[in-house]
Amino acid sequence: MDLTYTEEEEEFRAGLRAWLADVLPQLPPRPDPTDWPGRRAYDLGWQRRLYDAGYAGLHWPVDAGGRGATPTQHLIYLEETERAGAPYVGANFVGLLHAGPTIAAEGTAEQRARWLPPILRGDEAWCQGFSEPDAGSDLAALRTRAVRDGDHYVVTGSKIWTSHAEVADWCELLVRTTPVSEDVPKHRGISWLALPMDAPGVTVRPLRTLAGSTEFAEMFLDEVRVPVGNRVGDENDGWRVTMVTLSFERGTAFVGEVVACRRTLGALAAEARKNGRWDDPVLRRRLGRLNVEFNALWRLTQWNVSEAQRTGGVPGTGGSVFKLRYSHARQELYDTAAEVLGAGALDLDHEWVLDRLSSLSYTIAAGTSQIQQNIVAERILGLPKGR
Amino acid sequence: MDFQLTEDQRDLQQGVRELLAGRFDREALRDLADGPEGPVLDRELWRELGAAGFFALRLPESEGGVGLGLPEAVLAFEEAGRALLPGPLVATHLAAGAVEGAATGDTVVTAVDSSGLVPWLDAADVVRGDAAGAVPVRSADPLTPLHRAPARPPAAQDPVAVLLTAAEQLGSAARSCETAVTYARERSQFGQPIGAFQAVKHLCAQMLVRTELARAAVYAAAVTADPAEIRAAGLLADEAAVRGARDCLQVYGGMGFTWEADVHLHLKRAWLRSELGPSAGAVEEEWAAAL
Ligand SMILES: Cc1cc2nc3c(=O)[nH]c(=O)nc-3n(C[C@H](O)[C@H](O)[C@H](O)COP(=O)(O)OP(=O)(O)OC[C@H]3O[C@@H](n4cnc5c(N)ncnc54)[C@H](O)[C@@H]3O)c2cc1C
Repeated sequence: MDLTYTEEEEEFRAGLRAWLADVLPQLPPRPDPTDWPGRRAYDLGWQRRLYDAGYAGLHWPVDAGGRGATPTQHLIYLEETERAGAPYVGANFVGLLHAGPTIAAEGTAEQRARWLPPILRGDEAWCQGFSEPDAGSDLAALRTRAVRDGDHYVVTGSKIWTSHAEVADWCELLVRTTPVSEDVPKHRGISWLALPMDAPGVTVRPLRTLAGSTEFAEMFLDEVRVPVGNRVGDENDGWRVTMVTLSFERGTAFVGEVVACRRTLGALAAEARKNGRWDDPVLRRRLGRLNVEFNALWRLTQWNVSEAQRTGGVPGTGGSVFKLRYSHARQELYDTAAEVLGAGALDLDHEWVLDRLSSLSYTIAAGTSQIQQNIVAERILGLPKGR
Repeated sequence: MDFQLTEDQRDLQQGVRELLAGRFDREALRDLADGPEGPVLDRELWRELGAAGFFALRLPESEGGVGLGLPEAVLAFEEAGRALLPGPLVATHLAAGAVEGAATGDTVVTAVDSSGLVPWLDAADVVRGDAAGAVPVRSADPLTPLHRAPARPPAAQDPVAVLLTAAEQLGSAARSCETAVTYARERSQFGQPIGAFQAVKHLCAQMLVRTELARAAVYAAAVTADPAEIRAAGLLADEAAVRGARDCLQVYGGMGFTWEADVHLHLKRAWLRSELGPSAGAVEEEWAAAL
């Protein structure tokens, strides 16, 4: 068990730090959160800088245009960019972390050449059209239909909770190519398509979140024609293709966020000392407890990343365990922030209040806590499936 | 960075597990718990542990030790926690090299905890700390005889003692989770294994989550040997062990409330270990002050 970084890893960190110190002051001011075109331009602009400096697609395989970095280097990258206050991945999230890696793993040479370079260069943004009104936790129950018509699929249906749909160029779309029947269970019969968001028949209707913003949208698909060449993987094999995407996580999914939470915790303590709430031992203990918690979550991250490194990038079973605890801790952090703020906790102009609101999605998005507990119980502990 | 067990560490873990399975199995555990005269310290086992290097693990080879470090000691104590091995293991391990015969297991050493609790006072050959005025307590843990010395001003605790106790808690937490899962697969109600019910599944999942978080914390503390990190790991390990045993009891239903099931033995020892070492409040205050 070794927690020290190798010379090579430290060199990588030093180079990255120097670059960040140089480039961050040159960035334009952050756009208003409601200015979607501005946000897109800002996020893609940051990606372009990463690309020019050779940091784009750090964790992608080399033959996909990435740098083939080890999970530990990826951890260092995420840790240092967060520490330095660099922009978040933002509108590039799906391209860099879901759609891109899926295409890299399952796409043809032609598909890789078409879609991967623009993601890395920050030319094109992707969104993820998986969830539907009647297919959330039970994703495989999705019903959006794709019917073959010559060398096109004709796609009809609707998607929901599609983050960044308004500013995306492409959508990784799960569709049903073979109806469920006695012989075809719901997990079969699904295909993975790259949908151009400007195709005729695509309508995006923004949904307002409880934070008041429009982070996600509904997407209606009315006889949208998608070339068969936009299908990644075999027809009806989309469920497996999608699981490949999910397994790209390598324990690094929440690195930046854990670093950010620890910084916020420090700021909470400073604020509490200033406004006198520090004298409340119950609050103090709560803050101390969170400090213990996030330190342990950081150690668990290092554990999971090391495991991924040993298994050649294949993630262990740690992801669900981590997400369960982390999403809860994050909500706890912002509930404590509200305690520190007192009456200020009702003031939407305070960033912690907005962060508190967005923390509420952590136990829902990307697999609810109940689903994660089912996964831990069934796949790790081997408990039987219920009836 | 390679924060995973090395092959040697895995071998050591396996070795200690096999030694304990062969020498202190369930029957031995139950004999102690059910015996009419209360727990007796098995001197022969103690010497076998000594011969296997359990106490001399961290002593330099030049002093007749095994020359290993804190991470290896943590792995060994985790196994002891899993097996619910009785005796003042931590105190004797810490005395190796300082007290004649401790390293070999010929001398049994106990210590007075800052709480005033003294485990195994009558059985020990040597007591470290001031046990004057200690009176016997009717111990809640059937496998650990206890005395209580008059309260003294809190002394600084040896971080290594805190860490090794945390390692035992970790082993106990992992064991409780496994025990609950095994039972949940075997016991049926309403025509299906109780482990197929989500309420039971989710209890088990949270047991694992607490255990794995504590594992990362305890192992990291063993690597850094940082006293504050050790105390934080102790806090999480206490929680994983105590709540793990509680949830295991719940999964066992009425059987969990019996003397016959081992669940209560884990719970009571976990309670005792939580009492030794710094309190949760003190650790939380320490980590708040560090912010
Ligand atoms: C901020 C945010 C962003 C998102 N972004 C995207 C995106 O970009 N693309 C996309 O495709 N999706 C996205 N989602 C959707 C997300 O993946 C789903 O919300 C999530 O999978 C849950 O599905 P649901 O909302 O339909 O809830 P449901 O599945 O209806 O669940 C409702 C409740 O029932 C519980 N439940 C359901 N099934 C079970 C079960 N088997 N056992 C126990 N409890 C159960 C759930 O835990 C939950 O508490 C996003 C969601 C949020 C909140």
